[in-house]
Amino acid sequence: MVPSPTLRAAVLSAALFLAFVLLWQLGIQGGAPAQQMDPEYAKLMGVTATQGKSAMPGPLDVAAKLWEHLKNPFYDRGSNDKGLGIQLAYSIARVGIGYLLAVAVAIPIGFLIGMSPLINRALDPFIQVMKPISPLAWMPLALYTIKDSGLSAIFVIFICSLWPMLINTAFGVASVRREWLDVARTLEVGALRRAFTIILPAAAPTILTGMRISVGIAWLVIVAAEMLVGGTGIGYFVWNEWNNLSITNVITAILVIGLVGMVLDQMLARLTHLVTFPE
Amino acid sequence: MTRTFTMPPEKFISIEGIAKRFPAPGGGMNVVFDDLWLSMRHGEFTCMIGHSGCGKTTVLNIVAGLDTPSAGAVIVDGQAIEGPSLDRAVIFQSHALLPWRTVLGNVAYAVASKWRKRRANEVRDHARRFIELVGLSGAEHKRPAELSGGMKQRVGIARALSIEPKIMLMDEPFSALDALTRGTLQDEVRRICLTTGQTVFMITHDVDEAIYLADRIVLMTNGPGAVLAEIVDNPLPKERARTEVHRHPLYYAVRNHIIDFLVSRSRSFAADHKGSAYDPRAVPLVRPGLPEPALAAAAPATAPRRAGFETAAS
Repeated sequence: MVPSPTLRAAVLSAALFLAFVLLWQLGIQGGAPAQQMDPEYAKLMGVTATQGKSAMPGPLDVAAKLWEHLKNPFYDRGSNDKGLGIQLAYSIARVGIGYLLAVAVAIPIGFLIGMSPLINRALDPFIQVMKPISPLAWMPLALYTIKDSGLSAIFVIFICSLWPMLINTAFGVASVRREWLDVARTLEVGALRRAFTIILPAAAPTILTGMRISVGIAWLVIVAAEMLVGGTGIGYFVWNEWNNLSITNVITAILVIGLVGMVLDQMLARLTHLVTFPE
Repeated sequence: MTRTFTMPPEKFISIEGIAKRFPAPGGGMNVVFDDLWLSMRHGEFTCMIGHSGCGKTTVLNIVAGLDTPSAGAVIVDGQAIEGPSLDRAVIFQSHALLPWRTVLGNVAYAVASKWRKRRANEVRDHARRFIELVGLSGAEHKRPAELSGGMKQRVGIARALSIEPKIMLMDEPFSALDALTRGTLQDEVRRICLTTGQTVFMITHDVDEAIYLADRIVLMTNGPGAVLAEIVDNPLPKERARTEVHRHPLYYAVRNHIIDFLVSRSRSFAADHKGSAYDPRAVPLVRPGLPEPALAAAAPATAPRRAGFETAAS
């Protein structure tokens, strides 16, 4: 009997993972230890030079570190030593606030743009210019005007989440099928009820797709933004551990960033699935 | 001017001199149709038949209020129409169901739109009655995607009937269905319209469908500049059965007349009538297969006092 495609894919995934881990482990096996080194100098150089051991941690080191973080994610021993869970919570909170603000702005404005060709034309040049600006380019301006690094990070998340949602909402609203609008017209449905009962459900899959793109971008940007503003957050954690030369912690954080990003994406994917209608 | 009317001048729906023109790309105007006059009586089933592209759907959309004429007006029940209304239900060719709502949700949406203050359970009960009427009981909670083409159109019919409109407007409602389903749905529409005395205006290009369903069949020539060539008075009795209609002595006379029209005269009408007095307000009424004296002037397309009535396109 041939195993199901899901099982075969899972086996292949596991094999690839094992191969990767194995190569990783082989890759960090260092060369020979240095010969005849002045003991004082050897102390300065550390184990890399004296024993030929690589500074790059192996998969087992990272696994141990990850386990350590998972066992105690919420400890707080001062500003430079907080648990991974606390750092993640800061990042997620910033992304959440900035993203929800962007939702609150992008969807109503997207509705207006989608429903009114005049507003569409009037706002189009602004959107076209603002959209390609790297969100981090706003950071100095935000720091200067807002004068608060935490709020500035939230603003950067807001501005980078805005565009995909705005554009998708406008597109979804503008491309609601003519016949559904005709149904509403023949039933003498008022403008507000039409917006909520015809246009919103019809455009919802497109809007949610925009929201999904946005949450992905927001999670990409928060790491970079926190490296700049410092203090707290997973981005700051990565940079701080780089300064500590703790590659193990950096790799652990990279792994966790990827996992959280995946969870955020899957949440939006579920929501999209809920509002999608088969035709 | 004087004209004698052979029918009571009862005009429940009165299309008065409507035109549809578009600016042509190279300057000038594309005239889809111009100065179209037609009236329909209360409780009458009128079919308009013509080739694709002649503008018959535009006529229906104008009556529905979904489209505005470049000139002329449509009077329904004594009032000039201004846009769509719950009095005129439309059954769309593409059924136009809301795919995110269930069968019950689609019908209930229409019911709740008509009676805004009704409680939710009253709306549901009302909607269920009409779902039952079109034979879809048991499928209330299915979504349109789970239904066959015929069932979807049944929902469209239930939705249109549920708001108890004065007029039903149907735009080739069965053209996307297979022959068997089409037949059953025609039977049901005929049964429902007969029992409720519904006034119906239907667009079709199916000759047999028109003869089976209609009291009068309006023949529209090919565009551009389409006109109503004539109105065929259907000799079949009100009580008719699908399996029996073709045995009626005049059935083939009517059928051949309409097919002749569609095959040749719909194209050559303008040339044939060049110079002769074609009066768009008195479309000739014909009774194919009957001796000449039965021919008479068509139903009054307009009362004389409305002569020359024309409004600017809004």
